[in-house]
Amino acid sequence: MRTRNRSNPLARLTLYAALALLAVAFATPLLWMLATALRPADQTLDPTVGLLPRITTDAGDTVSPLAPTYWSGVAGVVADNTRAVLDSPTHDFPLYMQNSLKVALLSVLGMVLSSAVVAYGLARIRWRGRTAVFIVVLATMMMPFTVIMAPQYLLFRQLGWIGSFKPLWVPAWFGGAFSIFLLRQFFMGIPRDLDEAARLDGCGHWRTFWLVIMPLSKPALAVVALFQFMAVWNDFAGPLVFLNHERMYTVALGLQMYQNQHGGVPWNLVMTASLIATLPVFVVFLLAQRSIVEGVATQGLKD
Amino acid sequence: MTARRDLWAGLAWTSPFLLGTVVFLLIPAAMSLYFSFTEYSLIEPPLFVGLDNYRHMARDGLFWKVVANTAAFALGSVLVGTPLAIGIAALLEARVRGSSFVRAVVFFPTLVPIVAASIGWMWLYAGEHGLVNRLLALVGVRGRDWLNDPATAMPALIAMSLWIIGSPVVIYGAAMRDVPRSLYEAADLDGMGPATRFCNVTLPMISPAVLFNVVVSIIWSLQVFAVPAIMTKGGPNEATNVYALYVYRTAFDYAQMGYASALAWVQLLITLALALIVVLGARRFVHYRS
Repeated sequence: MRTRNRSNPLARLTLYAALALLAVAFATPLLWMLATALRPADQTLDPTVGLLPRITTDAGDTVSPLAPTYWSGVAGVVADNTRAVLDSPTHDFPLYMQNSLKVALLSVLGMVLSSAVVAYGLARIRWRGRTAVFIVVLATMMMPFTVIMAPQYLLFRQLGWIGSFKPLWVPAWFGGAFSIFLLRQFFMGIPRDLDEAARLDGCGHWRTFWLVIMPLSKPALAVVALFQFMAVWNDFAGPLVFLNHERMYTVALGLQMYQNQHGGVPWNLVMTASLIATLPVFVVFLLAQRSIVEGVATQGLKD
Repeated sequence: MTARRDLWAGLAWTSPFLLGTVVFLLIPAAMSLYFSFTEYSLIEPPLFVGLDNYRHMARDGLFWKVVANTAAFALGSVLVGTPLAIGIAALLEARVRGSSFVRAVVFFPTLVPIVAASIGWMWLYAGEHGLVNRLLALVGVRGRDWLNDPATAMPALIAMSLWIIGSPVVIYGAAMRDVPRSLYEAADLDGMGPATRFCNVTLPMISPAVLFNVVVSIIWSLQVFAVPAIMTKGGPNEATNVYALYVYRTAFDYAQMGYASALAWVQLLITLALALIVVLGARRFVHYRS
């Protein structure tokens, strides 16, 4: 797979064609969403409009995409569509953004801290039962949300949490299976001599954790934070089950309600709203592309 | 003495997880098991009815329809998704110029919020002005109203789910990179062609990753909820009503907590049984390096 193709031009050409096809196939849905968000209302369903919208002058002449005024016209359409979404009389997207951000920050903080503590207990302390606990960690990944959503709802109602954001972030403060797993693998790789040295200096577990392990684990902690942020930002089922008031909607839930109400007809606005909801994750991805991909890759390396 | 102290330390450090698992997982699961033997409408206290809920499933036509739909979705997405992901990973591992860009493009859909992705695909599939039908019209094929046609709605959802294949591709890619070069060199010396080498060297060496991905995607596809809930609302004519959606509606729309709990427990047992069958059945084919 690695060396052969270099010498064979035909194989190389096939390879490039396959890669190009792959890129086009996977990029098209998002490109089409973007193209739709660039259209004014009267072009949204127009079959003659392709990837780029038609921009006309006041006199009614079509502007060429090569002219600089074309792109200021497109920017004007994007601004109009964005404003129409953000100022929607029925759906308060700026508020949904705040809600999502609030829930995401609280649960990211809890997830990182608690999972790191638990992972330390599994990776750096030798005790009978740690393998059993680790197996429980892996087993909890198997539990379908549907099995626990109804009784969880009843539990949270009993606790008086329905009507607040607590159901969405408090559980994160008890750690999560995937984060614990990832951090445990990382902590196991840190040389034990460092602990011993800290112990000789009189550090207990708590200080070893904060002064030795945590500073060395920043990349892994960042991956956990990113994954948790994305999981919370993208979650649909949790907010649907636990939030009972429109003023509390997260972006994902608000977006679904927005689409539902409009029945999809102003597709340019619905696509604009979808892209606004996607934008934060896109930024996170650009900032941390490599560590995200590596974080996913470690999932397959269980042993 | 030290062993004892370490035991307490270990328990203390893992206690957040242990406590959370008891409170948010085991207690709800136990409550759910209890409710599954009751009739419970949320307004009145649960009424014990024994195995009635489980007996009712056998006679519930919609239950069987939902099971069949979920099985179709799981089979479609695992059977097509697995070879597709392995193929894409192999292609990307050829490591030519531009392949890391293509990898990013393939991976990106996994990051798009599932609601946004579902809405985007509703637009692609739209009957009159959707891109799919516009592209088909270019080659002279008359499109359909994909999501509103009972014959095509489920295949359309499966195709959409294949777009979100980035995680397995990355995992397969990492596994392929771990295969020792010496094995490929040995294969070359034996005169194997690329295809034989792929089947005899690469596939056995990445088999643990394949097993992991197959188990994960079975579990995931049995739980699929957001995509059908948003794109088709289980329709048309229940053609895409899947298990998780049925449980959700039974619990929250029809307020039948008892029946919903029984359904959920059956789902858990099916999931565990399938995962176990795959893991045990795959023993002969999975090759672990010692």
